[in-house]
Amino acid sequence: MNKILEVNNVSAGYGSEVVLKNVSIEVFENDFIGVIGPNGGGKTTFLKLLLGQLQPMQGAIHHFPLNEGETLFGYLPQTSNIDKKFPITVQDVVLSGLLSPKRFFGSHTKANKHKAAELMQMAGVLHLASKSIGELSGGQLQRTFLCRALIADPRLLVLDEPNTFVDNKFEKELYELLKELNKQMAIIMVSHDVGTITSYVKTIACVNRSLHYHKSNKISQQQLASYDCPLQIITHGKVPHTVLLDHKETLTPNPK
Amino acid sequence: MFTILQEILEYQFLQNALWASVLVSVAAGIVGSYITSRRMVFLSGGITHASFGGIGIAYYFGINPVMGALVFAILSAFGIEALANRKTVREDSAIGILWAFGMAIGIIFVFLTPGYAPNLMNFLFGSILTVTQSDLLMLLALDVILIALFWLFFNPILFISFDPEFAQTQKVPVKVVQYILTALMAAAIVLSIRVVGIILLISLFSIPPATANFFTKTFKGMILWSIAISLIGTFVGLLASYRVNIPSGAAIIVVFVVMFALAKLVSYTTMRVRIRTENNKLHQA
Ligand SMILES: Nc1ncnc2c1ncn2[C@@H]1O[C@H](COP(=O)(O)OP(=O)(O)OP(=O)(O)O)[C@@H](O)[C@H]1O
Ligand SMILES: [Mg+2]
Repeated sequence: MNKILEVNNVSAGYGSEVVLKNVSIEVFENDFIGVIGPNGGGKTTFLKLLLGQLQPMQGAIHHFPLNEGETLFGYLPQTSNIDKKFPITVQDVVLSGLLSPKRFFGSHTKANKHKAAELMQMAGVLHLASKSIGELSGGQLQRTFLCRALIADPRLLVLDEPNTFVDNKFEKELYELLKELNKQMAIIMVSHDVGTITSYVKTIACVNRSLHYHKSNKISQQQLASYDCPLQIITHGKVPHTVLLDHKETLTPNPK
Repeated sequence: MFTILQEILEYQFLQNALWASVLVSVAAGIVGSYITSRRMVFLSGGITHASFGGIGIAYYFGINPVMGALVFAILSAFGIEALANRKTVREDSAIGILWAFGMAIGIIFVFLTPGYAPNLMNFLFGSILTVTQSDLLMLLALDVILIALFWLFFNPILFISFDPEFAQTQKVPVKVVQYILTALMAAAIVLSIRVVGIILLISLFSIPPATANFFTKTFKGMILWSIAISLIGTFVGLLASYRVNIPSGAAIIVVFVVMFALAKLVSYTTMRVRIRTENNKLHQA
């Protein structure tokens, strides 16, 4: 298996405040990593670090070379600082995922527009293609951003709470889609829905001021506690503590 | 009408004024759409006023005032970007500081300049009727650069302006593109000051795109509509000022505002009509 990137003992934060300490992780192709942790634990910060939006204070992040024409990252932000009044259409937002230093000139090819249409069809926003983004609902915008993250066929798909705003029908479809996509690309996904994601992800990263990498998708309350990750896993019915999540169980973090 | 055409053909300064308004309209349509989309109207106001400092210094040292203004405008634009990026100062505060500081420096140096007092009113209100060939050439060069850049790099400019944070994850040189566009904005501001003046420049950059916004949802549409609206506004304004003998810059702005109000009215009534027909359909069904 090829390695995509490697984070070596990195600390990072904002200004002089250190948010993440001594983080190390290796990401291989076909990984599907679920990132969990409490609010303010540093999950988004961790993603920004991977994506190069935030520079490490200490340590280094190493990217392994891509094949010709490949795009490294597809990114779906948790909250975007975008201006909803900006004059841009849904189709153009999706196509903007193809922006790269090599594709700096000229206009979109037929093939690219076709690809954008396919993705919008899949995400159920094709009928909105020529609407301006100011006319979308939160969930529709989220779906549009998902298309933008996918259009370049990235090697590593980075999703920050992709299930916010979207209805539960699409959420289910989304997870199935990710499972399919995972055959071609690595995925890192932040979610608070610990119960649900464990049945889709392959490994779990607990982020709370530091990172503990759990190389399995089954995790127990004790393990969470030992990772200093104060989340509650609630199983309905059987198995009080040694937790093996089977696929149908619904587990929710932090009830009340 | 006929006599005006005759006079235009007869007088070089009228021809120059017309060419200047065409060239400024194109620059303002492009740069104004960029400024409006990125919500930098206040920033452009700050740069406009800060450049007055450069004009004052240039007069004091006997340098070409356009050059002085250009240097000041670009430096203050970069200064605002840098201050805002460091996040220690809020962007609007940074703009306010540079706005006032530039004006103060300008006034002090103009005051200190001995002997002949330059006609600063021209820089406040513009002097479209005294535009020279070399002014026109500079505006032409600016337009050519703007059109070429926005033609070749339309998509990157659009996407970086829309979501710079995302663009950064795609490894594109976000900062470089932003700095180049900011420098061009400063250049467009300074060269247009000559024609429309400091006071009225901001409306030229902000009202046509705001009006265009009623008719289009896209950035490209905004640019094209803004250019058209600027052209109509400046022509009608110039004509009015020539006929009634009122200051040209002010006349142009009044025309812009009237066009904005009309556009608002049109978009409002079409919306009402559409709602009514849809209601009627519902009734019949
Ligand atoms: N731009 C910023 N400037 C300063 N501090 C920040 C910034 N963004 C985040 N922080 C701080 O960093 C810490 C981690 O934030 P982060 O957004 O990474 O948390 P998170 O795990 O994604 O939380 P959530 O579950 O709420 O999304 C928080 O304490 C927050 O206050
Ligand atoms: Mg977060």
